[in-house]
Amino acid sequence: MKRREWLAAAAALSSVAALGGLAGCATPVLRGTGDLGVVIGRANGTLYLVDTSARTLIGEVPGLGDLSHASVVFSRDGRHAYVFGRDGGLSMVDLLTQRIVRRVMQAGNAIGGAISADGTLVAAQNYTPGGIKVFDARTLELVADVPAEYAPGKLSRVVGLVDLPGRRFAYSLFDADAIWVTDCSDPSHPVTLKFDAIGRQPYDALVTPDGRHYMAGLFGEDGLALIDLWADRPEARRILAGYGRGQAPLPVYKMPHLRGWAVAGRRAYLPAIGRHEVLVVDTESWAEVGRIPVAGQPVFVMARPDGRQVWVNFAVPDYHRVQVIDTQRQQIVQTLEPGKAVLHMEFTPRGDAVWISSRDDNRVSVIETRHFTTLARLDVPAPSGIFFTARAARMGF
Amino acid sequence: MSRTALFLSVLLLGPVLAFAQSAPDATRSAELVRMVRQDCGSCHGMRLTGGLGPALTREALAEFPLDSLAAVIVHGRPGTPMPPWKAMLSEPEARWIAQRLQQGFPEESAGVR
Repeated sequence: MKRREWLAAAAALSSVAALGGLAGCATPVLRGTGDLGVVIGRANGTLYLVDTSARTLIGEVPGLGDLSHASVVFSRDGRHAYVFGRDGGLSMVDLLTQRIVRRVMQAGNAIGGAISADGTLVAAQNYTPGGIKVFDARTLELVADVPAEYAPGKLSRVVGLVDLPGRRFAYSLFDADAIWVTDCSDPSHPVTLKFDAIGRQPYDALVTPDGRHYMAGLFGEDGLALIDLWADRPEARRILAGYGRGQAPLPVYKMPHLRGWAVAGRRAYLPAIGRHEVLVVDTESWAEVGRIPVAGQPVFVMARPDGRQVWVNFAVPDYHRVQVIDTQRQQIVQTLEPGKAVLHMEFTPRGDAVWISSRDDNRVSVIETRHFTTLARLDVPAPSGIFFTARAARMGF
Repeated sequence: MSRTALFLSVLLLGPVLAFAQSAPDATRSAELVRMVRQDCGSCHGMRLTGGLGPALTREALAEFPLDSLAAVIVHGRPGTPMPPWKAMLSEPEARWIAQRLQQGFPEESAGVR
């Protein structure tokens, strides 16, 4: 055997041995990860791994700390889930070996994260200490720390973190009414572009699927802040200003969430704050083109990937319902009651089914989106966020 | 039932009945504990260590007057995301929650008085 052939054979043998060892010496079954996903077990710090083709639980990974308000991004090969816990824990979980590969405590109080388009950097957004921290996606070593210091010694809580093309991250400063865009092309010298006075109390944000517009929802006023990132000189402007029409707002028992799923075709569907409505905005003119009354304070307003439907869930006490908007008729076409305390929804990659978590029924329901039939129910203790690996291929997820 | 037993029952139940007029019963108490841990927890954290809302741990609330704490729960805090909960809680229930927050809030699984 020639030396090169021998080396190749040895490498093949050692990788087979490694896989065999992980699978308990059984013959390893090769598989892709494109139809895998995770469900957050909110109460017990456990990540439940799911197969969206078989519609089954395939494993669980405990030991992830406080997972209230946990969120997940995926490596671009769809193999690793990065889990951001409330307690500042950042864990890298291998979906195939079903183990924690690395775990760091990166902050005192965290709220989510993002991964760069090239897959090399993972960023966490933090409340305490307020700011973002950027990590090497492979090793979880800290490579950049950007405190959200908006005044001497004052750090803002950070919300609405998204990835932008070119190793950039955009995020909003709840306490500073600001939007920052940090370029981590050279992580040892991050460069931050700051937009001030964007509107009062941004609570979450999104980037449109084309990466062009960054939009922050405002808690402190009726309206949203919008930045056209493709402009020669990007600036923040207000859209949907005064959508509450001066009426006293209803109590907001839970803050809504924004992501790129708001966009369906050329319209965006956005949760109103303090009004039981979904606001519809044209993404060319950014003018309001409609509003749809719904069953409660909307929390997630998510377009099915094809944009034909928009699914809405609600804050307590209306969170036993889910409503479906038909985007052609611009009205509710279905109201479902999949279980108590619906916290999250996630579409399969092409939207043939949606997975819905019902915290108080300890259940995840899989619902076919055309006829709304329930295809499966999975027992998961206090499920909250559901995240499928198809997010790896989408900007702003 | 002997007279002594009856007397003892009244003696033991008396304070319980008096308390019941202002405080939630066992079923409602369990609901309130769950509500605080889970629903308040969406902003304050399931472990009440804070999030968009401040920490609600015993240490964090030690200096906060009980009446003010109960009032914040009932009426909210204008200018912040803290909503008024009066549509979902009575004033005695808010006060009951405030008291327990200051004592260190019970876990859901643990028995609640």
